[in-house]
Amino acid sequence: MGVGIAVLNLNAWYGANHTLQDINLNIPANHVTALIGPSGCGKSTFVRCLNRMHETNPIARVTGTVRIGDLDIYRDCKPVQIRRRVGMVFQRPNPFPTMSIYDNVCAGLKLNGYTNRRALDEIVERSLKASALWDEVKDDLKKKSGASLSGGQQQRLCIARALAVDPEVLLMDEPASALDPVSTAKIEDLIFELKSQYTIVIVTHNMQQAARVAEKTGFFLNGRMVEFDSTHKIFTNPSDKRTEDYITGRFG
Amino acid sequence: MRALTDHAVTVLAILATLIVVTPLLVIFGYLVYKGASSLNVAFFTQTPKPVGETSGGMANAILGSALVLALASFIGVPIGIGGGVYLAEFGRGTKLANAVRFTADVLNGVPSIVMGLAAYSLVVIPQHHFSAFAGGVALGIMMIPTVCRTTEEMLLMVPHAVREAALGLGVPNWRSVLSISVKTASPGIITGCMLAFARVAGETAPLLFTALGNQFWSMNLNEPIAALPLQIYVYALSPYDDWHRLAWGGALVLIILIVLAVSLVRWVTSRGVLKGAS
Amino acid sequence: MSEIRISQAQIQSDSDMAGGESGAQTAEHEVSAVRKFLMARGNSAIADRVFHGLMVLCALSIFLIVALILWLLIARSQLSWHTFGLKFFYRSFANPETGQSMYWDPVNDRFSAVPFVYGTLVTSFLALLFAVPLAVGVAVFLTEMCPRWLRGPLAFLTELLAAIPSVIYGLWAIFVLVPLLREHVNPVLIGALGWTGLFDNQNPTGLGFFASGVILAIMILPIVSSLTREVMTAVPHSQREAVLALGATRWEMIRMGVLRNARIGIVGAIILGLGRALGETMAVTMVIGNTAEVHRSLLANGSSMAAVIANEFTEAVSDMHLSALIEIGLALFIVTVIVNAFAQLMVWAVTRGTPSQVR
Repeated sequence: MGVGIAVLNLNAWYGANHTLQDINLNIPANHVTALIGPSGCGKSTFVRCLNRMHETNPIARVTGTVRIGDLDIYRDCKPVQIRRRVGMVFQRPNPFPTMSIYDNVCAGLKLNGYTNRRALDEIVERSLKASALWDEVKDDLKKKSGASLSGGQQQRLCIARALAVDPEVLLMDEPASALDPVSTAKIEDLIFELKSQYTIVIVTHNMQQAARVAEKTGFFLNGRMVEFDSTHKIFTNPSDKRTEDYITGRFG
Repeated sequence: MRALTDHAVTVLAILATLIVVTPLLVIFGYLVYKGASSLNVAFFTQTPKPVGETSGGMANAILGSALVLALASFIGVPIGIGGGVYLAEFGRGTKLANAVRFTADVLNGVPSIVMGLAAYSLVVIPQHHFSAFAGGVALGIMMIPTVCRTTEEMLLMVPHAVREAALGLGVPNWRSVLSISVKTASPGIITGCMLAFARVAGETAPLLFTALGNQFWSMNLNEPIAALPLQIYVYALSPYDDWHRLAWGGALVLIILIVLAVSLVRWVTSRGVLKGAS
Repeated sequence: MSEIRISQAQIQSDSDMAGGESGAQTAEHEVSAVRKFLMARGNSAIADRVFHGLMVLCALSIFLIVALILWLLIARSQLSWHTFGLKFFYRSFANPETGQSMYWDPVNDRFSAVPFVYGTLVTSFLALLFAVPLAVGVAVFLTEMCPRWLRGPLAFLTELLAAIPSVIYGLWAIFVLVPLLREHVNPVLIGALGWTGLFDNQNPTGLGFFASGVILAIMILPIVSSLTREVMTAVPHSQREAVLALGATRWEMIRMGVLRNARIGIVGAIILGLGRALGETMAVTMVIGNTAEVHRSLLANGSSMAAVIANEFTEAVSDMHLSALIEIGLALFIVTVIVNAFAQLMVWAVTRGTPSQVR
């Protein structure tokens, strides 16, 4: 079951670059929220702050508050703990190259010390079904390496891997930007199905994609959040001139 | 005139290459020719015979080398891999890492005879006798910088995205380093260790006054022990044809080991540590 | 405009936080086994810290090794150092019976490293003299002229040569190189260059400085040429094109575009080769003749620092003899560390920024 995310006065730096400035927003539970904006606007940095991946870079810094459900993630817990509750799918598919499909899916559990074999079998099947990959790979789960799949399949494998730890939030950082149109459509269908169970935040530079999958959309520009509203409102009647310019293709 | 110089240089470069390649091929050819005729079953199963008796082999030296090398790997491989992991996973870009990398490269160029002197002073003097153990220490120390640097280089070939995937799953850092980075790079790391192993397998100077050599069977780490390169050295300087024959045989065995290791490293690095990743 | 929005968002978030909490509470009823398990896991901060500490220790062991070698060698060479002082490295002494000057007298426990320092310098110099032009030639050929299909095998061969143990080079030198020099090369040298005094016919064995220099040259060739090649490949392509665009021939391009830009790195490679030559032990021990004498003739027997240690250490009985040998080892250690550090810095100056090759 997904939970809501509240972000208060979030600031992030990358070296001397002030990449996020005073971000405030509320992401509703069990909805798909899209973040759009030109490249370099800070939308990727923003999602990486939601599971504390931003700070894995030694020169990065964050201030402000992020609450996921009832948890203040920068004060109440360590990075590894919040990352187990918040799944992440990256821009390029990144399955573990030395692991089989099966091991890729349950990596988050096995590497965190979960050893119940029978439960793992179930979880792998459930996660692969949820990511619509089961029918394509069920015959060689343990025979094939994760890296042997096609790009679109790899990305769905990564989604299954993220789902296997039963997260409350699913962050997707341009999950379809490296994929062909058919694979992209599959991923979009998947996002639509998953939102009943998870809170999904998806970063995209593709406005049509945001319009297709998201209920809420936020527009980022130069490290600030310009506007956050229902997707319908953003794409038909934006309040801010800059949003309108971006939507209508006048820049970016 | 300019065109003439250009041709002259081309010819000179080709000539230089030929001058370099020829003796190499000659060395190899001679080694194989001399060595192959010396290798037989006895070479691998018998100990050296006293002068005058023919046949006899290097079995005790092969066993001794294996023991000393096992001990050396036991010391050199874990420490070297640990240092490499530090350089690639924790210390990237730090001053300490740069200093370690630099010192490792410098240590790599320290003459092996000096390593022998150090091991002699460290182990043989306090114990008051030569031992296989002292030889293992000398070779183990020599393995550390090589293993450390190859491990680092192999780990750097693991794409950052794979590490991020592990971190994104909330996997603790130590687990992610061992089960993801090191495991992904393991074919490269293993061949790197094999290369370091093959290099010290041929080292003679550090063993001269640590392992010392032994004409008989010995499995005792606390006693002097025979080693293949030591035996080659002694036999090469002896005046007996039969011993020369054994020396060539031993040299061929060493070379085969080294050719295998080098080819393996080349094969692994050329096809990439990661098939199909990223 | 946007400021108003932010304040709205803030109000919203305040109200929603309560909602978030209640949402979490309702979710608690249906928390899965997996989620419960993961929530119960610690943050493994201790394991992380221990692991990090262990890896740092392994890395620091490299410094420890260098310090340990230095300390051990200094401690064990005290006797010789206090007895002979710095004169150890430049003075001879008179034989008490004959009055002749001599250097190495294990019987009377008097030692001087002069012949070994001399031997090391002479053989290393000879090795560089033979190896450097050839190595640079090979590197130029491999990077700029060699057809692609030949590059792989040649590079592989060079790698193999670098990996052949010293004792095998020595073995080959004894049975092939030395007889060859003795029968065919030395007579020619004596005939043509005997007047310089560098080549005399006093030594019929074929062993000596010259043979050692040749085998050392063969041994350091691979490392010098492969490093030179690495440095030359690190020169950006634009440099070559810039020179070619001016209408230069290939040689001019190599000279001005490549060699000039890579020269610091090439010098570094040569110095690194020198470091190897200085400390090379077994092959030299097997062909240098092992006499503690200083001769002008390159065809004479001699010894080197590494060779005397290898040759005499196990036979040395007196503490002074051992101490003197260890002092020679200490000198060798310090010199090679300095030479290698220097060379490494020069190579890095050129190749930094380009990914290093896995050899």
